[in-house]
Amino acid sequence: MKRTNLVLLVIVLALTILPLVLPLPAGLKEPFAGADGQGMAAVTEIDPEYKPWFEPLWEPPSGEIESLLFALQAALGSGLLGYYLGLRRGQSQRREQEQDRVNAGD
Amino acid sequence: MHIAEGFLPPLHAAAWTAVSLPFVVASAWRINRLMREKPETKLLLAAAGAYAFILSALKLPSVTGSCSHATGTGLGAILFGPSVMALLGTIVLVFQALLLAHGGLTTLGANVFSMAIAGPWVAYAVFRSAQWLKAPLAVSVFLAAMLGDWATYLVTAGQLGLAFPDPASGTVGAWLKFVAVFMPTQLPLAIIEGLLTVIVVNLLTQYSRDELDALAFAPGGAK
Repeated sequence: MKRTNLVLLVIVLALTILPLVLPLPAGLKEPFAGADGQGMAAVTEIDPEYKPWFEPLWEPPSGEIESLLFALQAALGSGLLGYYLGLRRGQSQRREQEQDRVNAGD
Repeated sequence: MHIAEGFLPPLHAAAWTAVSLPFVVASAWRINRLMREKPETKLLLAAAGAYAFILSALKLPSVTGSCSHATGTGLGAILFGPSVMALLGTIVLVFQALLLAHGGLTTLGANVFSMAIAGPWVAYAVFRSAQWLKAPLAVSVFLAAMLGDWATYLVTAGQLGLAFPDPASGTVGAWLKFVAVFMPTQLPLAIIEGLLTVIVVNLLTQYSRDELDALAFAPGGAK
């Protein structure tokens, strides 16, 4: 199981790193722009008249603050997921140890 | 899958909100009942929500030279059933709409429908079908998470196509146009989401057997 997960993790890393190493497709306006933004650009292409009728109530004042909040989001998620997996791993290990002790005591 | 704030005409924004709202209410009701009947799964539910939180925060590069992020909603859908994810996905989307100006309040209904309803339901249906066809657990999980991710983006493209039909080729033409914008980026990212979800499920089958049994997930202890 550990081995399988290690192999899967290596594939995930390779898939993530590969695009950064491979040459970029020709004719890109901006390398690694967000697909969401490209989608909204396609809207204005189909309907050049369209103007968004509502603005975000609050926007991160700079790219730094935005990356802070994105990092916060990932950190909260990983903290919780890591806590959960660590807790369950510890519990199942303790249970195995107790099982061993019971078996040894027979 | 984020349609930016204000990028759906008011009528469409209202319609998608009306469509999504009952799902989110039903989801809250379902989670409430789950917590009452199987309180031991509370922490696992939180972990599934955390997984969606992580994956939707990480914007990954794609071979197309653009960036997007996975959804992370497939995991919770296959563990707890798809209806649970409507509320968890909404929490993620509200966080991003309010704090990151990513997505938006007017487009929340549409984004909830694609990411927190359509994606999880497709993931769940794929998972059950694959299991029914006796596919190995890892294969079922991979396909579910990957196709759930794609479904989210296909639906987003459809929502934009409905709102902005192409003058020449109509709604379908516009849909294909938006699919062409999103999918090349999303294809490899969905594979990443599939693999990551398999890793997490592997860990769960190893350490969280009790909870998986309570949820009747992959009975028989698949290895």
